[in-house]
Amino acid sequence: MRVNVTVNGEPRQADDVWEGESLLFLLRERLGLPGSKNACEQGECGSCTVYLDNTPVCSCLVAAGQVQDREVRTVEGLADGDRLDPVQEAFVEAGAVQCGFCTPGLVVAAHDLLDRVPQPSDPEIREALAGNLCRCTGYEKILDAVRLAATRKAAPQESGNR
Amino acid sequence: MDFLRPDTLAEALTLKAQRPDAVPIAGGTDVMVELNFDHRRPAALLDLTRIAELRSWDADDGTVRIGAGVPYTRIIEELGERLPGLAMASRTVGSPQIRNRGTVGGNLGAASPAGDTHPVLLAAGATVEAASTRGTRLIPATDFYLGVKRHALEPDELITAVRVPATRAPQQFSKVGTRNAMVIAVCSFAVALHPAQNRVGAAVGSAAPTPRRASAAEEFLSAELTSTNQWESPKPLLDSVKRRFGELVAEAASPIDDVRGSAAYRKHALSVLARRTLGWAWQDYSGKVA
Repeated sequence: MRVNVTVNGEPRQADDVWEGESLLFLLRERLGLPGSKNACEQGECGSCTVYLDNTPVCSCLVAAGQVQDREVRTVEGLADGDRLDPVQEAFVEAGAVQCGFCTPGLVVAAHDLLDRVPQPSDPEIREALAGNLCRCTGYEKILDAVRLAATRKAAPQESGNR
Repeated sequence: MDFLRPDTLAEALTLKAQRPDAVPIAGGTDVMVELNFDHRRPAALLDLTRIAELRSWDADDGTVRIGAGVPYTRIIEELGERLPGLAMASRTVGSPQIRNRGTVGGNLGAASPAGDTHPVLLAAGATVEAASTRGTRLIPATDFYLGVKRHALEPDELITAVRVPATRAPQQFSKVGTRNAMVIAVCSFAVALHPAQNRVGAAVGSAAPTPRRASAAEEFLSAELTSTNQWESPKPLLDSVKRRFGELVAEAASPIDDVRGSAAYRKHALSVLARRTLGWAWQDYSGKVA
């Protein structure tokens, strides 16, 4: 089947999509967007998290056919050209990345959290990231990164002083 | 495989009548796992996410009618006051990403004995709305679950909504798992006080081939509270009453040993969950009446 979907602001089209295929497969294998990672394929790990109509979802649990005429935003769509999103910058600076496999999903989940709750408490951060597994970091640096991004977004002028 | 994409409920019902083998998919949190792991190759998928009628809820006459496509996130955000037990159970489902997609309609359609909302639907006295081109019928939750992942729907029927009595009376839900997020219940329990009917609802999950009501526990506690006039003037519950309630809840279960826990552990845990949740609900009720 053919699927028409807007991805990161651009209309995209894919042909010969298998009806039982996931949005994750569509993104990675047909649309050339490998940022969203394929790990558990059962919604446990969050590595494939993307926005679907502005709501974070596990793209492995969305059927490709369900995104017809809808809007998807992946981790590739967060940066503004060469300028990283504040969440991405904070992950780099806080050392929240080790092997990096979980990072795209965590970045999207954290991005959504800060959109909804600009100054989250620690329990709110933990709750928002509860669907994203990281097997390297022990999460402390990831929590640091989210706190840092929240601070930066609240006072954007500070980023010019670095 | 065919991918059927109806825009209206009427169209979906016509398609389901023509293709009873089509598997309905909404949030995909169960169906896509089966597809990804090659556990299921249905002849067709019937996508319900484009149907606006399924994505709304409304409340009247003391009942909240929740469209089958309303995700858990919205139940938590929008229905916590009217349906405290269902909102509580919804908060324990998966992760934010899963709660953004998963629906009570899907929980019912999957009919897993471990589904988080089932004990609450049973304890609260919910009704499942099933529709086909032949018409709409209401199935009490008590009659809905027939076996492991088997339910009372006919092949041409779709779940369109679940109707749950709105309440200001306390309800509680609790489940046992290895951590707070992303947990399939080892066992779960829901209790709902129905003071207007001098009655208590109680049900267990993940502890029998189907979710099921703990009828003997319900009857024991309802009789105890009514005979001691406690609906009008609640007093702290005797330990012996809470303990007996827990024992009867455990007796209602017929669990198995599996990777998540042993049958003996499940029974023990259920009696503890029952005792605790009843304590919380009763304390809440006592505060409200006083």
